[in-house]
Amino acid sequence: MLVFLVKRLMNAAGVMLAVAFLAFMIFRFVGDPVELMLNEQASQAQRDELRIRLGLDRSFLLQFATFVGNAVRGDFGISYRNQQDVFTLIAERFPATFELVLVATFLSLAVGLPLGVYTAIRRDSFLAKLLQFVSVLGVSLPSFALGILFILVFSVTLQWLPAFGRGEIVMLGGWSTGFLTPSGRLALILPGVTLSLFQITLVMRLVRAEMLETMRTDFIRFARARGLPDRSVHVRHALRNCLMPVITVTGLQIGNLIAFALVTETVFQWPGMGLLFVQAVTFVDIPVMAAYLIVVSFIFVSLNTVVDLLYAIVDPRLREDAISGAANAR
Amino acid sequence: MPAETARAPGRLARWLDSDIGWSFRQTPVAWLSALLLILLIVSAFCAPLIAPQNPHDLKQIFIDKAELPPIWAKDAEWPFLLGTDPQGRDVLSAILYGTRVSLIIGLASVMVSMAIGVTVGLLAGYHGGRIDNILMRIGDTVLSIPTLLMAILVSALFREMLPPGLREPFAAVVIVLSISLTNWVQYARTVRALTMVERRKEYVLAARIIKVSSVRIMRRHILPNTLTPVMVAATLNLGLAILSEATLSFLGVGMPITQPSLGTLIRIGNQYLFSGSWWLIVFPALQLGLIVLSVNLLGDWLRDALNPKLR
Amino acid sequence: MTKADFKPWNRAAGRLLKGAALSLALLSAGTGLAQAQGKTLKWGAAREIASLDPYSFGETFTLAVLNHVYEGLVRYTGDLKIEPALAESWETVSPTVWRFKLRPGVKFHNGNAFTADDVVASLARVTHETSPLKGNLPAYKSSRKIDDLTVEIEVNGPYPLLLNDLTNIYIFDKEWMEANNASLPTDSGKGIKGFATDNANGTGPFSVESRRADSRTVFVANPGWWDKPQHNISRIEFLPISAASTRVAALLSGEIDFTNVAPLQDLPRLSASPDVKVLQTNELRTVIFALNLKNTLFESDIKDKNPLQDKRVREALYRAIDIDAVQRRAMRGLSRNTGALIAPAIPGYTPAQDERLPFDLDGAKKLLTEAGYPNGFSFQMNCQSDGLVNEEEFCQAVAAMWSRAGLKPNLSLGPRSQQTPKRVRGEFDVISFGWANEPMIDAYSILIQVMRSKSGSGGVFNWGDWGRADIDALIDKAGVELDSAKRIPMMSEALMIAKREHLFIPLHQQPMAWAMRSSVAETVQASDNKPRLWLTRMK
Repeated sequence: MLVFLVKRLMNAAGVMLAVAFLAFMIFRFVGDPVELMLNEQASQAQRDELRIRLGLDRSFLLQFATFVGNAVRGDFGISYRNQQDVFTLIAERFPATFELVLVATFLSLAVGLPLGVYTAIRRDSFLAKLLQFVSVLGVSLPSFALGILFILVFSVTLQWLPAFGRGEIVMLGGWSTGFLTPSGRLALILPGVTLSLFQITLVMRLVRAEMLETMRTDFIRFARARGLPDRSVHVRHALRNCLMPVITVTGLQIGNLIAFALVTETVFQWPGMGLLFVQAVTFVDIPVMAAYLIVVSFIFVSLNTVVDLLYAIVDPRLREDAISGAANAR
Repeated sequence: MPAETARAPGRLARWLDSDIGWSFRQTPVAWLSALLLILLIVSAFCAPLIAPQNPHDLKQIFIDKAELPPIWAKDAEWPFLLGTDPQGRDVLSAILYGTRVSLIIGLASVMVSMAIGVTVGLLAGYHGGRIDNILMRIGDTVLSIPTLLMAILVSALFREMLPPGLREPFAAVVIVLSISLTNWVQYARTVRALTMVERRKEYVLAARIIKVSSVRIMRRHILPNTLTPVMVAATLNLGLAILSEATLSFLGVGMPITQPSLGTLIRIGNQYLFSGSWWLIVFPALQLGLIVLSVNLLGDWLRDALNPKLR
Repeated sequence: MTKADFKPWNRAAGRLLKGAALSLALLSAGTGLAQAQGKTLKWGAAREIASLDPYSFGETFTLAVLNHVYEGLVRYTGDLKIEPALAESWETVSPTVWRFKLRPGVKFHNGNAFTADDVVASLARVTHETSPLKGNLPAYKSSRKIDDLTVEIEVNGPYPLLLNDLTNIYIFDKEWMEANNASLPTDSGKGIKGFATDNANGTGPFSVESRRADSRTVFVANPGWWDKPQHNISRIEFLPISAASTRVAALLSGEIDFTNVAPLQDLPRLSASPDVKVLQTNELRTVIFALNLKNTLFESDIKDKNPLQDKRVREALYRAIDIDAVQRRAMRGLSRNTGALIAPAIPGYTPAQDERLPFDLDGAKKLLTEAGYPNGFSFQMNCQSDGLVNEEEFCQAVAAMWSRAGLKPNLSLGPRSQQTPKRVRGEFDVISFGWANEPMIDAYSILIQVMRSKSGSGGVFNWGDWGRADIDALIDKAGVELDSAKRIPMMSEALMIAKREHLFIPLHQQPMAWAMRSSVAETVQASDNKPRLWLTRMK
């Protein structure tokens, strides 16, 4: 077990190092920071001075080591665009994204599970077929188009729900939350639903597939043969058996949702990390781009590692990283 | 598979007679979506012939025809069936040309990622050992960055590295690369697993003994055996690739306004969301949804049809 | 009395839930108080300001927002006349020395008194060699305190526009700068931060309560303001919302009260809403096409020479533009077509400059044939997607018109952050270009910064080598002429030369549109497009 733990952690560290290298390459090769920071009239002496101040005269490896060292301490430099410390910027934006992802995850389970169970046990009914079709529709429509449509219907035409932002937020220590005010909760609805739609269909299809698989197995047949009522067979045995993969995939998908939230955040001008990143991309604000990449990958890799470890504890046979790949089903 | 149905009639007839063909004929969803897809593809690739206007030819665009509504509404004008945009460009033509861009990028991304993935998978599975280890570690790293984020970063990186004058002409290439570089791992893992199985079979061993070159073994013997699952993955991935391109273009890091894809059209339409010109956003979004939907339905059917467990 | 005084939530960090309930209760109590005292105005802006330090970035919009917090010695009225602000009166002691009498009894937001020391320290800061705003006070030589309420400013030659320049040089508190180590300017272009980047202490009608960059900056009314407030606003929430459609949605749903950038295509819908009014007029900013007049084109099928150097070609470009169609469609009937390179309100303008060449497609084709390009030539056109009003639209429209004249424009469209570097490096053949002549409100601004050949501080924006010796000579003469009766004709003459040579292709004065909810009763919309919320009343 210990060997597996160490191996898995080493693996995660290796991946993070690779991600850091990619981020560093962005720093080094997308535009010359000296050119970006100085105006065109700057003299050669000024350029050289800045080059030395930024450490660009040192060797490649040394620069990379410095970069990793700084990143570990949360020092990603200063945003080119608005002069704020990049880590603070991202930390400030994190709660917004996290709450959105939380709502989307909750919705995906609350809606996806029952629908998945229904379509599995009534697999030949018309409603189940319709739901199956709608779920394909759900993965076929781009989420940004859906978000725009929601704004058009619920904000502009019906004027029920706000179209942008987080509403009134309350600070709990360093954490800004929208859960505690009515306007904050209202503001969560449209982006939350938009972000969750893909996830709902994913959960639903997963539950359906797992249920069907389980119901074909012998132990369900035995349960039926013992004369247990259908409801009990479905819920106690079949559903319980497929909860594990659902929870696993949901956990792994949180990382993906955080990344995918950037589309939703752009549509709803949600002041989270994703919007920050999209703005940084248009402004070629490289420190923010690099930091976002590292932070999101870190969350992603940590989640994967934790899920893998938990899985290994629960089921020792699975001490191969076979499931981490499932996280990228999107 | 559309590629298959488009071949010579003799083969088509034989194919329709096979197991798969039977399932195809028996599943209305499958042939309906195949029909729709073929219609969309043909109309997009024949855009220069059927579109009322070439939206890229500035000479044909008159700003006096700007923002006309679809033909059934008041103030509409012939031949602008789906209305015009604020430049006076015919929306239908823009959608047809835009679909072509989206489809080409989608197909190219799938082919490039398939090529990379199959090559990597064959190499890793056939040689095993250190090569396998290195290649699969690279794959793990790619998978540990969310795909969308990766695609945005790669496209931003490539674009910045190109000289300014080349950025627009090569925009499509940049997107294809950025989507492919994030999508190949799935193919690689599938092919690797299958290759490892095939490698141990006797006919491969026999071929090795008589000193057939490993490239030839991989190409002539192992590759054909991996094709079915790869094609299923490719069909399902096509929808994903088209959506990825649309998302990138919507975020403003994809196709430029001068060669709009469906995603670009939706982004432009979004600016007019409140001005009442709903046709600028609804029709491109509908077209995009239709394409991806028909691809996904077809892919789903194909996967189920080829899955022996579900028969 | 502001909400910041409570700040219970900082202490509540440990006791999460308990603290939440407490801060929530106090928060609503705070809102209740604010409502009892006056009105809150939520301002949805198109973008964030660069910094709270007005010396950090020489950009009109940032300066306009910070003018609510900081003030200069003089200011523009709603109709753009200079009036006293922190200085009560002034005189010229000699052609190069100006003496300012300062307003007594003015206090900074932190309670410090405003004196001559503050003026001297502020001028030293803004003209420091690392200051990005140094160029906004080009003639400054030195300043000295005469007594607590008298300051003398010396300029390095006779200079007619010192007052105009001073409207946008805001005054800091010397003690505050020294106490917070903020005596040197910050520079948001170079990433140099300081205390003043996130904190502010001015004399203006509002003070900064809190700021979260890119999200919300809150200003509250300054009860001790020296001027008699015409506004009844107690609190301004400044909310940058970059997506135009989101901004419109927010206004329609009442989430913001006011926006200074309302998209033209949405004006009919906004006006149709009973809760929203639109204020719309023409800006000072004149939009032109500027041309690459170097010896070769940047990107063209003609390699050995530059056809744009031929006056006939430039005239053909001019005549090929159907300006009425551009006005009617791309600008939604809201722009003012112009033949002049500056707006009528700018000193230096004459009606003669404003006559346009007529739209004449055949004439344009004939001119191209005469110049030796019967089949046209290709060139690169650089436009921005987030720059001028409807820039994407009018650039595409003009590109289509030029194509019909047989030319092959290659349109490059991108966000400002990507296009500007190419423009500055001269990597273009045609650019769309807007110049408002702010903060000077004088034609000297466009003449010295754009049209002058590059030399010293002149011609900073002369990106395409379009300078001419005869124009340069007139600019230099006007720059040292104190008598405006002589100075203005010199500038007009320079502009007429540019017009006769078709050095630039004028388009229009761009429209500006503000939109506000009915909660905003009145405001002043000056053609410099700067919101002045201290002149705004709410219901």
